[in-house]
Amino acid sequence: MTRSRFQQGLDELRDKLLRMGGLAEQAIDRATEAYRTRDAKYCQMVLTGENEINQAEREIDELALDLLAMQQPMAVDLRFIMAVVKINADLERVGDQAVNIAQRVLDLISEPEMDLPVDIPRMAESVSTMVQRALESFLDGKAEIAEAVLQMDNIVDRMKDEAFVVLVQRMTSNGQTARAALNVLLISRALERIADHATNIAEDVIFWVRGADVRHGGAHYRS
Amino acid sequence: MPNSTPTSSSLQISIFRRLTNNLATAFAIMAAILVILPLLAIFIYLLIKGVQSLNWAFFTQLPKPPGEVGGGMANAIVGSAMILGIASLVGIPMGIGAGIYLAEYGRNVFGDVVRFTSDVLNGVPSIVIGIAVYSLIVVRQKHFSALAGSLALAIMMIPTVARATEEMLLMVPNTIREAALGLGIPKWRTTLSISLRTASAGVITGCMLAFARVAGETAPLLFTTLGNQYWSRSLNQPTAALPLQVYTYALSPYDDWHKQAWAGALILIVMIVTAVGAVRIVTSRGTLKGAS
Amino acid sequence: MGVGIEVRGLNAYYGKHLALKSVDMTVPANHVTAVIGPSGCGKSTFVRCLNRMHETIPEAHAEGEVKVGDMQVYGDGTDPVEIRRRIGMVFQKPNPFPTMSIYDNVAAGLKLNGFRNRKQISELVERSLKLSALWDEVKDTLHKKSGASLSGGQQQRLCIARSLAVEPQVLLMDEPASALDPISTSKIEELIFQLKQHYTVVIVTHNMQQAARVAELTGFFLMGSLIEFDKTEKIFTTPADKRTEDYITGRFG
Repeated sequence: MTRSRFQQGLDELRDKLLRMGGLAEQAIDRATEAYRTRDAKYCQMVLTGENEINQAEREIDELALDLLAMQQPMAVDLRFIMAVVKINADLERVGDQAVNIAQRVLDLISEPEMDLPVDIPRMAESVSTMVQRALESFLDGKAEIAEAVLQMDNIVDRMKDEAFVVLVQRMTSNGQTARAALNVLLISRALERIADHATNIAEDVIFWVRGADVRHGGAHYRS
Repeated sequence: MPNSTPTSSSLQISIFRRLTNNLATAFAIMAAILVILPLLAIFIYLLIKGVQSLNWAFFTQLPKPPGEVGGGMANAIVGSAMILGIASLVGIPMGIGAGIYLAEYGRNVFGDVVRFTSDVLNGVPSIVIGIAVYSLIVVRQKHFSALAGSLALAIMMIPTVARATEEMLLMVPNTIREAALGLGIPKWRTTLSISLRTASAGVITGCMLAFARVAGETAPLLFTTLGNQYWSRSLNQPTAALPLQVYTYALSPYDDWHKQAWAGALILIVMIVTAVGAVRIVTSRGTLKGAS
Repeated sequence: MGVGIEVRGLNAYYGKHLALKSVDMTVPANHVTAVIGPSGCGKSTFVRCLNRMHETIPEAHAEGEVKVGDMQVYGDGTDPVEIRRRIGMVFQKPNPFPTMSIYDNVAAGLKLNGFRNRKQISELVERSLKLSALWDEVKDTLHKKSGASLSGGQQQRLCIARSLAVEPQVLLMDEPASALDPISTSKIEELIFQLKQHYTVVIVTHNMQQAARVAELTGFFLMGSLIEFDKTEKIFTTPADKRTEDYITGRFG
């Protein structure tokens, strides 16, 4: 029957997206590990893992398009597919940001280690948790978990702002640490971007589950 | 011829199937011929026997007294035409009316009773109907008449017309009625102008069948119209009719009358065929391209 | 110009069986409203109650208030025949009168209701055929061809023209395109979209995509009750009732 074929399609879409989410989480973890251990091999893993993420993005978009064309989904199914397509794009960007971090780490390693008062691993952990929770809310279809993610974005923003102040001060006061400071600044920015993508993912989940558009700070229900 | 390869032989019609097919077709054609043959035989025989006595006198003169040669059946021809005309004028509208009631309003016990009665009436022998009209009308009026004969024939027409009308109306799809009702056309108008109009072809056929059946009836006329040697001056008098004339002449001992009886029978058939044919031509002129 | 329809507490019966349960609905003028729902939910019954066609079925009757414009459809002494003149109906299977020409088909509603003015009838026939996008295809064979000789899609447009000729205020359509091929269907849908300028249209449909394409408002019926009634976009993206959602996502029905 057509109905179960459609349901199979939806399940496949969901599984593919979750798998891609796993790849993105893995990329973040590896990039963080690379920073902590100053080991180039982790950077390399992130760079090669990028292909898989891009491939996954292509497959998910294609499957979503087919389901829209062939099955004419309505209501919650339609919202689900739309949410998947958007989350897909966000996860691919997360992968890109992980690559950025890896590239910055490679540059950091080429210089002697500097002592900078910015706790990147702690920031990375918060960000990683956000991505994890966002994907969890998608997996369970629970809007409450997604809402919690929206709250966490504030914390990460604050961390990034603090890092910015400290690093700029370092760069202007001590010329030798400038390059390293800049790299760390860029890493913190990349992490903040990842947090934004996690927020987007959470908003998309809320749209799917509740039919409410909560982007840009408001809650907009269809009238 | 069947092929040797198994795949192609399963696609070919087997010899056996072809044979049975042709045999069945042959049987059907033979059956049709067997049916038409007696009809053709009668008509050809009538034609041969009757044509010789057809002349101007036959159509214009009154019958001569027994024994005398010559004369015609003018009064019988006119009489039959009149009697059949009046019978149709009475029987057909009543039959159609009954048919409309049965089809549109008669899905109840009363309708069933009417249907049953109609079927029984259809099966009553025509002579019984003649006797019935005799006792009810002729005896009361103390004279025979063309009107009584018309009435008897009309009674015989009604069941056939009613049944045909009912069947044809029931065959009109309900969607057509709904379309008319949906336009705000009242039910009675829908029945007359839409349903009946759609069923008209079948209803007319029913009327023709009824007409053809009563046109040749002799027994009822025996007891109601009686016959007449002369012209009737009014419908309330005994009137000559072709079937009666043919009956009398055929049983008589006179040769000349026998010949005239053949002619009379032939003319009767011609009258029926002409009437039916004329109706068909007139009604078919009204059909449009592609109409059912 | 079309008029709005107010339905309050409409109950419809087939004998003892209650097929429509206390339906309330407001259909705005000059809009297309779709009525959807699974088989047997009462959507056809509902629409047939609006022009009192429901009671033409033996043992069927309806009660409640239906107001079309300022006409009380079920008012005391209201003539159902009069109602049906003001509320036209197009059926699922095209049903032109088979023995009548195209012209006579369109004019039937006028002629059989006592209209005599030949010139006016002729003008109304032309106008109706133009409104239903059939004029160009049949203007040369109006009197020669019978209604039944047209293709399915043309027949349905003929039936629409026939309904429009009596100048109704509301047009009811019971699955008008379900017996037609996709091209005829899209022509009919385009036509419905045009018609709403002049009439109020209520359309029953099995096909949800059709409701989505054609209607501004949609009502979902289930087992004789109106479950949800709202703008079509809302019904099909974020329906309020779970039963509505289950139906339109195909989880049942």
